[in-house]
Parts: sequence; C-alpha cells; structure tokens
Amino acid sequence: MKNCIKISLIFIFLLFSLAGMTQQQRFPKPEFGNGYSQPTPITPEPRALALEYTDVVVLLVVLSLASWMAIRKRSRRGLLWLSVFSLIYFGFYRNGCICSVGSVQNVALTLFDPGYAISITTLLFFLLPLVFTLYFGRTFCAGACPLGAMQDLLIIKPISLPEWLRKTLGIIPYLYLTLAVLFAATGTDFIICRYDPFVGIFRMDAEFHMVILGIAFLLMGMFVARAYCRFLCPYGVILSWMSRFSKWHLSITPVACIQCKLCSDSCPFDAIDYPTDEKQSKSTKWGVNRFLVYAILIPLWIFIGGFAGSRAHTWISKANPTVYLAELLVSNPEVRNDQKNLDVQAFLSSGKPLETLVKEATVIRRKFYTGSWIAGGFMGLVIGMTLLSQVVYRKKADYQPHKGNCYSCGRCMNFCPVKK
Amino acid sequence: MENNHKKSRRDFIRSGTRLSLLITLGAVGGLAAKHVTAEKYVWQIDPFKCTQCGRCATSCVMTPSAAKCIHAYDLCGYCDLCGGYLKPDANQLSTAAENQLCPTAAIQRKYIEEPYFEYVINEDLCIGCAKCVKGCTSFGNGSLHLQIIHRICLNCNECSIARLCPSQAISRVKASKSYNVKGSFTKDGKV
Ligand code: SF4
Ligand code: SF4
Ligand code: SF4
Ligand code: SF4
Repeated sequence: MKNCIKISLIFIFLLFSLAGMTQQQRFPKPEFGNGYSQPTPITPEPRALALEYTDVVVLLVVLSLASWMAIRKRSRRGLLWLSVFSLIYFGFYRNGCICSVGSVQNVALTLFDPGYAISITTLLFFLLPLVFTLYFGRTFCAGACPLGAMQDLLIIKPISLPEWLRKTLGIIPYLYLTLAVLFAATGTDFIICRYDPFVGIFRMDAEFHMVILGIAFLLMGMFVARAYCRFLCPYGVILSWMSRFSKWHLSITPVACIQCKLCSDSCPFDAIDYPTDEKQSKSTKWGVNRFLVYAILIPLWIFIGGFAGSRAHTWISKANPTVYLAELLVSNPEVRNDQKNLDVQAFLSSGKPLETLVKEATVIRRKFYTGSWIAGGFMGLVIGMTLLSQVVYRKKADYQPHKGNCYSCGRCMNFCPVKK
Repeated sequence: MENNHKKSRRDFIRSGTRLSLLITLGAVGGLAAKHVTAEKYVWQIDPFKCTQCGRCATSCVMTPSAAKCIHAYDLCGYCDLCGGYLKPDANQLSTAAENQLCPTAAIQRKYIEEPYFEYVINEDLCIGCAKCVKGCTSFGNGSLHLQIIHRICLNCNECSIARLCPSQAISRVKASKSYNVKGSFTKDGKV
C-alpha cells in the first residue's frame, strides 16, 4: 500500500515536470533539522602543472647526458643506464604519456585546427629531441625514448635482415606517419597513441588485443632488434632525416678506422655501412641510365600515389566518427530503429537535424580529399626515392654508422680495437 | 687536394641543409606557438550532454574506469525510493542486492530521518557504468552524474572515452576547472 502511494506520487511528479516545470527539481531537497551535515563530492585535483614542467626538464637533462655520452664520453654503459632511467621515469612512472612519438599528432592538429590549444610541454617534447638530433644524432632514441629503451633492453640474439627487406619494411613508418598526420589534422583520431604497443605495458593495463600486440613486439624484438623503431615508429622518420644532417654524430672509432672489420657485425640494427668496394662504386653506363630513369619516374610516382590516395579518400574518411555516422544514417535509414546502436540513438535523441550532420561530414570529407592527395603524393615520393637510393652508390672508405638509421646506442664502440 | 675540395663542398651542403631543417623546425614551432597554452588541460565530462550510454565503463584505458559517479548532494531529494539506487522493476521496496541498480553495490544508503536517505558513492567500487545516473536522471533529480576523477585519470593524449562517446560529452578543459559538478536548482535557481 505504502509502495503504491509512493509510485503514484512519482507519477504525479513526473507529470508535473513534463508540464513545463523542467527547471524544478522533481523531489525538492528536504530541510534537515538536527545537525545533518551534507557530504561534499570528492573531486581530487589533477597532477600539478609544475610536475609537467619537471618532465620537460628531465627530458632536457637526459638528452644532454645522452648526447654527451654518445659523442664525448663514448660510454655504452652510461647510455644503457640512462635508457633504464628513461624507461622507469617516462615509461612506468609517467605511464608513457606524454611522449615525443605521439606529440607529432598534437602538432599536426594544432597546425590544422586553430581551435586546438597545444600545451607548451607537448610542443617541447616534440621539438627538443629533433633539435638535439640535428646536432648530435639520434641520442634521443639511445637514451630518452621509453619505447626504444624497452626494446633495446630485450635484444637477445639479433638477426641480420637482408637489405631489400629492410628497405621495403622501412617504407611502413612513412605510411604510418602520413596516416597519423592525416587523421590528426582532420581531428579524427590519434592512431599513434591508440596503437602504441608498449603503453599498455607501462600502465599495466590495456585491452586484450593491445597486450597481445605488445608482447608480440617484445618477443619479436629479441631477434629483430627494435622492430617498432625500425619498421613502425613515425617519429623515427623525422628523427632519421634530422640525424642525416647532424653536425656531430657518434663514431665507431675514436680516432681513425683501420678497416679491421671487428665492428662489422656489432650493430643489432644493421646500421653500419661497410666501405664500398671499388668495383661496385664504379658507375657503369647502365647504372647512370638507371639513375636517370628512376629520377624521371619520381613525378610519376608522386602522381600515382596522390591519385591512389584521392581514390581511397572515401574509404579512409570512414575512420572519422562523424562521417561514419552520417553515411550510415543516409545509406541505411532503418538503422534508426536499431535500439542497440548507441551512436545512432544518441544522435537521434540529441535532436540535431540530419542535414547538419551531413553538412559537417561533407566538410570533413573534403578535408580528407585534399589530405589524401597530399598524403598519397608524399608516399609516391617516398617510394620513388627508395628506388632511386638503390642505384646511388656513395663512396665510403670506412666502417661508419648510417647516420639516419643509427640509434646511437653505442654498442659498436666497444668493438673497435683502436684506442685514443 | 681535390678530395679536400669535395669534402668541404659536402660539408657546406650538409650545414646548409641543417640550417634549413632548423628553420623548418622553428617555423613549425612558431606556428604551433600561436596556439600554445601554458595552462594544463584535462578531460572532462559534461553531465548535461552525457546520455548514460555505458561506454565510460568500458572505454577508458584504465580498469576500472577513471570516470566515476559523483553525487551532487545539493540536488538530491534524499528519496526513499531512489531511481538511481533501486531497479525500476524492483518488485518490493527492499534494498536487497538484486533490487539494486548498481552492479557493484557501490552506492551506500544511509538513513537520515523519516523518510529520507542519503546516498554515498564508494569510489573504489564504482566502475562508471552510468546505470545509476540513468536511473537518477530519468526518475529522480539527476543528482548522480559521471565525472572523470583526476586522481585516477592518466590524462591521455586523446581520451579514449572521448573518442567513443556517442554524445560528444567529453572535451578538453583547463585544469583550473577540471570538474563539472552539477550545481543545485534550489540554491541559485539555475541549472
Ligand atoms: S625510433 Fe621511435 S620508438 Fe624507437 S627510440 Fe626512436 S623515437 Fe623511440
Ligand atoms: S560515454 Fe559519454 S554518453 Fe556514455 S556514459 Fe560516458 S559521458 Fe555519458
Ligand atoms: S551504478 Fe555504475 S556509475 Fe553508478 S555507482 Fe554503480 S558502478 Fe558507479
Ligand atoms: S583520459 Fe585516459 S584515463 Fe582519463 S578517462 Fe580518458 S581514457 Fe580514461
């Protein structure tokens, strides 16, 4: 009986509220007499801003130390301990976020979306390693990157990969970078963060498939050293180009190479260039022709890439939730009755007209169209240049680290018998 | 002699390229610096946009989710028959577990005075499923609502709930206003 009254009371209140009293509480808060103290909701503050700046300072110190150890001190052990520190600090303590690798996306989004405010920490995490690399080589990868450190520490028996395979797989990071920038610039998604195989390990919590991916990468990394760095890392692409033109760079020998070959197998990443033998470097007529042909083909590659990209833009743009939803609602109107489709139901209950959604989706898709032309063209250029690099022989007299691919980890230095 | 010549030319090209790369970096940095902010940003749920879809519980990178129910006591009616506490089809007014909405029994009910009860969320148990929020919003005053608890939240570069929220209820806000706790109707007469 008591229940019945209460339930009917609720109904009356519901009726009241429906009758235009939406600003009123359905059940007014009672006045409590004798000393009832109402609790307050607990709202713990976020991590202090000062601590974010500490991260930048730590990064700066680690980068400086790593550069000093790679170039001046020439200490593999120092670099090793530094990377252990970075793994603990940036990896396990900071849970792998913010990291320089992902900051590429924040920067891309900032450049294309004026409404997005990038934090100064993120911008510095993006810029500092690049500037250091421009002067000292990829010492960031050697000492400061937690993803690199994690893989580096687990190298057990690295196998050497044939050059054609390395070159082919080496195209993937460019593709990953291009897609990441495209998705970030269109405000679609941060794929680098989402598919980071190691961040789940850092925070000891991840979706099942990401855990599997992370473990797979680590297991593979025992034999294919730094598999993520070499064949996926999008930031590595930029670092590699900075490093190629770096002012200083780690060298295998402290003085001069005596061609003893002792270091030739010491690099787990196949990043040591051997001296070119005279026969190979002598350019035959055929070699010159091939160079010319490949060079002329580059514009064609760019066009093919851009065209392919623009063809694919409808498909790629479906990664954007707005485009996806608009297309779903237009092409498949019955989906409105699907109570299980939360996105559709939430959209319907929001009262937003379909035209507005479609208009938004069209704008985004247009961005994807332009973006895909550029992205495709860029990928075409990458492929063309990779092919071209096959027929360019640069004369090398000594055993030297390839400045683009070397992570400045310093393993090779210990193999050189020459002492200062 | 000729070798030296070649070498210095290569060095010249290299330092020229380095300079242009540095300028490019500077330009990117400069363009980005226009939108740079010295403030910290965090993720926040707008309780008025949230449609209690339940994804907060499943999409956060943390388990249990960093999104949790908080209670705006100012709004609460202290009802005996709480829409956020009891299942709507509860066949009798008993607080037995099978009648409670919350799957983890995170809501604790405390008798205050006839016929009023206080409802407190045990943050350690709450998984952010929004069931109680839905109940409270549909049948009660809407005093229960979700917020991202920043003691737990990792402040991901891109909040993975934000990406999946069907109502676009989650956005980046300045850390100085990190919580959007529902106010009170009664106190200042506005939402
Ligand atoms: S290549 Fe990428 S993931 Fe590897 S150490 Fe360098 S920045 Fe880190
Ligand atoms: S995902 Fe969005 S709509 Fe769903 S419960 Fe969380 S905030 Fe509310
Ligand atoms: S019903 Fe869900 S959101 Fe509400 S207190 Fe329980 S676990 Fe938290
Ligand atoms: S920012 Fe990350 S940790 Fe915080 S609520 Fe979103 S997904 Fe969860």
